[in-house]
Amino acid sequence: MRTPSPPGAPRGEGSAPPSRRPTSRRLATGSQGRYGYLFLTPFVLAFLVGIVAPLLYAAYLSFFQERMVGGTTFVGFDNYARALEDQLLRAGLWRVALFLAIQVPLMLGLALLAALAIDSGLLRWAPLFRIGIFIPYAVPAVVASLMWGYLYGDRFGLVRQIGDGLGVDTPNLLGSSWMLASIGNVVTWEFVGYNMLILYAALRVIPEELYEAAAIDGAGEFRKAWSIKLPALRPALLLASVFSVIGSFQLFNEPNIMQSLAPNVVTTSYTPNMYAYNLAFNGQQFNYSAAVAVILGLVTAVVAFAVQVSGSRKEHAQ
Amino acid sequence: MRASANRHRRRGTRQHKSTPLTAAMVLMLLYTLLPLVWLLMASTKDSGSLLSSFGLWFGDGFHLFGNVKDVLTYDDGIYVRWFGNTLLYALVGAGGAALIATIGGYALAKYRFRGRNAVFALVLGAITIPGTALAVPTYLLFSEVGIVDTPWAVILPSMVSPFGLYLMRVYAQEAIPDSLLEAARIDGAGELRTFFTVSLRLLGPGFVTVLLFALVATWNNYFLPLIVLSDPNWFPLTVGLNQWNNLATGAAGSGTTTTGFYPLVVTGSVLAIIPLVIAFLFLQRYWQSGLAAGSVKQ
Repeated sequence: MRTPSPPGAPRGEGSAPPSRRPTSRRLATGSQGRYGYLFLTPFVLAFLVGIVAPLLYAAYLSFFQERMVGGTTFVGFDNYARALEDQLLRAGLWRVALFLAIQVPLMLGLALLAALAIDSGLLRWAPLFRIGIFIPYAVPAVVASLMWGYLYGDRFGLVRQIGDGLGVDTPNLLGSSWMLASIGNVVTWEFVGYNMLILYAALRVIPEELYEAAAIDGAGEFRKAWSIKLPALRPALLLASVFSVIGSFQLFNEPNIMQSLAPNVVTTSYTPNMYAYNLAFNGQQFNYSAAVAVILGLVTAVVAFAVQVSGSRKEHAQ
Repeated sequence: MRASANRHRRRGTRQHKSTPLTAAMVLMLLYTLLPLVWLLMASTKDSGSLLSSFGLWFGDGFHLFGNVKDVLTYDDGIYVRWFGNTLLYALVGAGGAALIATIGGYALAKYRFRGRNAVFALVLGAITIPGTALAVPTYLLFSEVGIVDTPWAVILPSMVSPFGLYLMRVYAQEAIPDSLLEAARIDGAGELRTFFTVSLRLLGPGFVTVLLFALVATWNNYFLPLIVLSDPNWFPLTVGLNQWNNLATGAAGSGTTTTGFYPLVVTGSVLAIIPLVIAFLFLQRYWQSGLAAGSVKQ
């Protein structure tokens, strides 16, 4: 049943329907199909243990409550009702939403500019910039937060030293009005290079012919960036946005570390994830914590999905 | 004429370079690197000059080696233990994740079987499932099973990488021609043998990419180990370093700040960063081509 494949035959992707059939027939079927199952089994097992089981268990737990009398009882949606009324959770959600609205566009904008600059060929020492801007990604969030926390701080902060040297009054970056921005800076520092590389990788695969056509039309670097590169980057930008949205809602490491440097500013419910953590481990409210985690997961998935849909809709509209 | 000039542009030769653009990028490079320079400088200072000297230059005396010795010997060498734990979690967790994702992505790309598309759709959906939202439920589940406070509690959840599977599926589609598998089958090679002798080699750059990013995820993991581990002997570096920081700032509950701990935190941080930075620098060619291939069909 196998079709010998002619060398250099076009791949199925993107070509006319008739050329698709041999492609699909060339894939292993029948007895070879069971090797597909075999090869996929480890992943499915890990997936069940690492993601599905905790998810189901969280959902299960969220329907119970531990009572002083009668032990653990089924309470239906009581925990969810409580969560929807919970001012602390709401404040945390608003805080990460604000964070997302400002930090994500800033970081992705910087990453985009850097990727375009490196790809433009106008840059001296381009490889140096590529790796140098990426390096913070390899630094653990804990180390990044500690380091920036020290830089911000009064005790031996570099920011204060530079401010003093210039005779400028620096604000208290660990104070309540600056804390969210300070955390945003840490996250930007950690991930701007990573996002830059994702975008840069997408730029590298733009077909050469497009540039040649643009050059014949007399297009300059800016015109090329605007008319060829930006549209080509749309899927990669969308992917980066979705990941950044998820990361923002999940904010935990950075504020949790900052808490030790500014305990009065970063409260135990500063972000929803910190709230879920502290409910479980400092309040022993495991069931309620599970409900908060489920709500957070749902909100994240919905927002991430919305970003994806609105992004790809725009893509189709073009 | 213009077209050929353009070709040169892509190769980066004979193109005039822009000084303003380079200058702007230098600013960005300073932003990403200066904090690390500060950290390196800080690791050469004792606690006195750490608090008093200018951050971007050396302080009184060169205390790097003394600091390193302090880090490695404090509390009977607990840091070395943390380092070993981190290495264990990263190698087993990330290595496992990369291997599992590679075999799985290969299966999805090169075999037809029922449920193939359903699995892939499910995994794509799982990419948007917040990893850290699972941490608290994972703790509760693992304490039911009784593996809390063991290495398994950290390693098992890091073995699954939905994004890795996605990347490897795309990569396998591009990197392994079906005709090659055909030829191997006609030669009578079994599917397993084909995978290990033919396919795995072609999947190399993709594998390295997934491995590196999984390594970062596990090496830098903080939330999950913080939750599922309470015995300091099993801590990874991230949790341990934060414990030291709490001792330094007095957040540990003792009420007294111990500035003597700052050099430990700073120097310990430097040592914790080095392995990943080296891995990324040396494996650049592999992971950059892996990323490029992954972006073809995003």
